[in-house]
Amino acid sequence: MRVNWDVSKVLITLLLVILVSSLNNHILAAERLKLGTTTSTENSGLLNVLLPPFEKKTGIKIDVISVGTGKALKLGENGDVDVVLVHNRKAEDDFVAKGLGVNRKDVMYNDFIILGPKNDPAGIKKTKNISDAFRKIYNRKASFISRGDDSGTYKKELEIWQKDNLKPQGSWYKEAGQSMEMVIFMADNLRAYTLADRGTYIALKNKTNLAICYQKDVLLNNPYGIIAVNPSKQKSVNYSDAMIFINWITSKEGQKVIKNYKISGQQLFYPVTTH
Amino acid sequence: MLLSAIEKSYTLLTTLDKNLYEIVFITLKITVFSIIIASCFSIPLAIAIDLMSSKSRRILIAILNSLLAIPTVVIGLTVYMFISRSGPLGQYNLLFTPMAIIIGQIILAIPIITTIILAGFTKTDRLLHETLITLGANKFDLMKALFRENKPLILSAILAGFGRVIAEVGISMMLGGNIRGYTRTITTAIAFETGKGEFAMGISLGIILILIAVLINFTVYLTFKNEYILRDA
Repeated sequence: MRVNWDVSKVLITLLLVILVSSLNNHILAAERLKLGTTTSTENSGLLNVLLPPFEKKTGIKIDVISVGTGKALKLGENGDVDVVLVHNRKAEDDFVAKGLGVNRKDVMYNDFIILGPKNDPAGIKKTKNISDAFRKIYNRKASFISRGDDSGTYKKELEIWQKDNLKPQGSWYKEAGQSMEMVIFMADNLRAYTLADRGTYIALKNKTNLAICYQKDVLLNNPYGIIAVNPSKQKSVNYSDAMIFINWITSKEGQKVIKNYKISGQQLFYPVTTH
Repeated sequence: MLLSAIEKSYTLLTTLDKNLYEIVFITLKITVFSIIIASCFSIPLAIAIDLMSSKSRRILIAILNSLLAIPTVVIGLTVYMFISRSGPLGQYNLLFTPMAIIIGQIILAIPIITTIILAGFTKTDRLLHETLITLGANKFDLMKALFRENKPLILSAILAGFGRVIAEVGISMMLGGNIRGYTRTITTAIAFETGKGEFAMGISLGIILILIAVLINFTVYLTFKNEYILRDA
């Protein structure tokens, strides 16, 4: 039984070196601030520019868990994140009213748009308001990809359908259950319409053939709010760091970073305060 | 699009892109940790099962084989419910940390490593047992002897477990949360980057994942090229 142990000895030593070097605060660290947020804030690249100056200034390390608004609030309710940055005012107000979150503050806003094939098969470009646009898609049974999850964008979409008592169903209406990016790519590949937030669209603009088919309606406003998880409901949450972050993101410094974040010259999010 | 993505991925790999290698390093740290702990359970477990009466051995092997079929998302879901702050182990703040991924991966790896070792044992000389017992060995001596005689087999089982664990995505995504620079592993990063339409990063990570698999398998091959286990297989 002649075994070439040299090779495996080298390998095992290598693995052990990696292991020992991993016994630093990477795996064992506990004190971090967990931010539950929507895919639009992380995937648009905003958090990549927003968090480093905060982390550098305060020494607080932020872990971003990007899911939909509904899921982020659920994570907050269970105490699995310390602070949430989401975009659905009604759900946010419910969250605070139920005592699950405290100190809600407005952070920034942009707006929703309807994306669709460039030739606009349902002809919604000339419609007067968002309800008309949705009704046209509905009547023509033009392909529409819905987020179909618990995200802020999906909640907004349902709000618009419900306003006109429309119940979208059938093979033209597809619930994807995926992130905003995936839904935009699906709509692109299936030549369908979809409701998207402008930030994500600008970030993906060069990767999709979809065009803005409808925009600018009061109903399409998309404000983002930040809420600390209530420490009296969830004892183990990191409330003090959450408040430091909330105060920073709404401060002159944080708001300026949001304002200055641009992709190919286009601003993605508008800060609420203009100091 | 495909060509430009491949071109960009080549640049990422050759220029030692910081983000790329950070993800690879995190993945290796988490996976190695998981596999070492899983091995600490699996090796004694396999040896103990092998020394049992043939009836209980068969039952336990059947159970372990069924455990092999559990999807990673089910392991993810189960561990999630336990370690969520509102779950029974909530006070330890484990969810969305590397430790959460490690727990899930240990559960994934134990049946794999154990069954592979056991499968190798059944082929090895039953004569060893009998000889040792005739020579007056007790259970503990038997266990030591089994371990000593089967080191190559055990190492290849560990590496097979490593290959499975490093390639899984369900556990890392659900329990780690894909946090940049903390719990973003090769597989979750591929899912995430593809979702953003950033194929170059995904391709680069995929290539590294394949390279790691090749490296492991060739190490096993070189280590045991004179070993009977591989010739049998």
